[in-house]
Amino acid sequence: MAAIVSLENIAATFPGADGPVFSNIDLSVGRGEFVIVVGASGAGKSTLLRVLGGLLPPSAGTIKHDIEPRPDRREIAMVFQEARLMPWRSVSDNVALGLEGLTVSRTERDRRIADALQLVGLADYGTRWAHELSGGQRQRVGIARGLAVDPDLLLMDEPFGALDAITRQTLQDELLRIWGETGKSILFVTHDIDEAVYLGDRVLLLGGTPARVVRTYDVEAARPRSRDGEEVGRIGTQVKADLSSLFDEGGGI
Amino acid sequence: MSRRTLLGAGGLFGFLLIWELVARSGVVEATLLPAPSKLPSTLISEVSLGFWHQMVLASLNHYLIGLISGSLLGVMVGAAVALFPGLDDVQSWLARLLRPIPPLAWIPFAIIWFGISETAAAFIIAIGVFWINYFTAYTAVRAVDPDLIELAASFGHRSLGARLRKVILPAAAPGILSGLRAGLGQGWMTVVAAELFGITGIGQRMNEAAGLLATEVVIVYMLTIALLYGLSDMLFVAAQNRVLRWQR
Repeated sequence: MAAIVSLENIAATFPGADGPVFSNIDLSVGRGEFVIVVGASGAGKSTLLRVLGGLLPPSAGTIKHDIEPRPDRREIAMVFQEARLMPWRSVSDNVALGLEGLTVSRTERDRRIADALQLVGLADYGTRWAHELSGGQRQRVGIARGLAVDPDLLLMDEPFGALDAITRQTLQDELLRIWGETGKSILFVTHDIDEAVYLGDRVLLLGGTPARVVRTYDVEAARPRSRDGEEVGRIGTQVKADLSSLFDEGGGI
Repeated sequence: MSRRTLLGAGGLFGFLLIWELVARSGVVEATLLPAPSKLPSTLISEVSLGFWHQMVLASLNHYLIGLISGSLLGVMVGAAVALFPGLDDVQSWLARLLRPIPPLAWIPFAIIWFGISETAAAFIIAIGVFWINYFTAYTAVRAVDPDLIELAASFGHRSLGARLRKVILPAAAPGILSGLRAGLGQGWMTVVAAELFGITGIGQRMNEAAGLLATEVVIVYMLTIALLYGLSDMLFVAAQNRVLRWQR
């Protein structure tokens, strides 16, 4: 599979910190691939997404993109854990945020907003304010905002981490449907291993100090998957075992 | 009519009634406490002599110049200091030193610098309004959620201008507007005092009337100030609610 983005030997250090959060990270996302990064909190998962999203420059290594830049779209878009909606903007205007820096006509802009809201199941919610939405709906708007800029790669930072179990499952299935319909590549960070093996084509386990990719798991189970399917369950158990042995080593996570 | 409205009207009416009774009883001399029933005729005579609108317009003029310049400067400097840590360090002691100086303590310098002039009155009003807006804008900008700034950056809005337009100003708007409103009140508090030293306006007219023991005239202008303050505050709140209609 052709990689649309690949990281080679990437390290990142917070300003003022002693050592790097992670180092020697090699990672690539293929076109249309759904890649998951798991690891305990503090393993640098979110930082890795920030490096990819251009919010934090890496302290070492190279990032290669195979995405043709175009003035009417962004190559990469982010979805955050807390939906991060702007309370002073309507739902539509929140979705419009990324379009505002692009060369997109008024009609095209409105069409993209409508399409993105349609895709996340909120077609009739454009004029609402953020505070009128439930947690799950807010997160859907966050996803629509990412989709509206028509990115090749969607970076998702524990997007369902703050939701209740039922809403989380619903949104996981919605995300799989959206992924199927749009063909976007997704790099998805989570600490929920069941979520990871249910969603991902490939799961990367991050651990150690500084963190690195400890192991990669290919989840080849056919889609649509069952949450308690044999392969999903087996790999999930394996990831959990590897994660707890990382703890036992005192890997600092 | 609700119970609240009835009680409120009753309280006001009762106050006027007691005031009227005390004034008529002769316990207090009429010049020390004029009866409220004398006020309407006093107002009519002030209006027909042309004093009332002349004084109101003059005061309004000082007020608006002082209010607008104090508010603009206060918001801009307060926001700038909050945005640039270097400026913040420079201002911290300076603001602590200058802020507690009451606006009226600037009167000597206002006269030395600007003479007995409209500018002097506007300057004094502006000082009080400036500090209120300086601190509310500073606090409001400092309190902007850094997550939203990061969000905007991730969607390409990274320049200072884009950050201001997309995140900082709208996020700080509730705080900035509450400062503007407090300044609106502070301005009316200082306008009378700023005119006491001889600049045409409500304050000067009140001072004149007090010198002649025309206390009913003084009260007419006290109530005029209350009316103008109430009216401007009401208009501001209406505008504020429109701007902040996204709030619960």
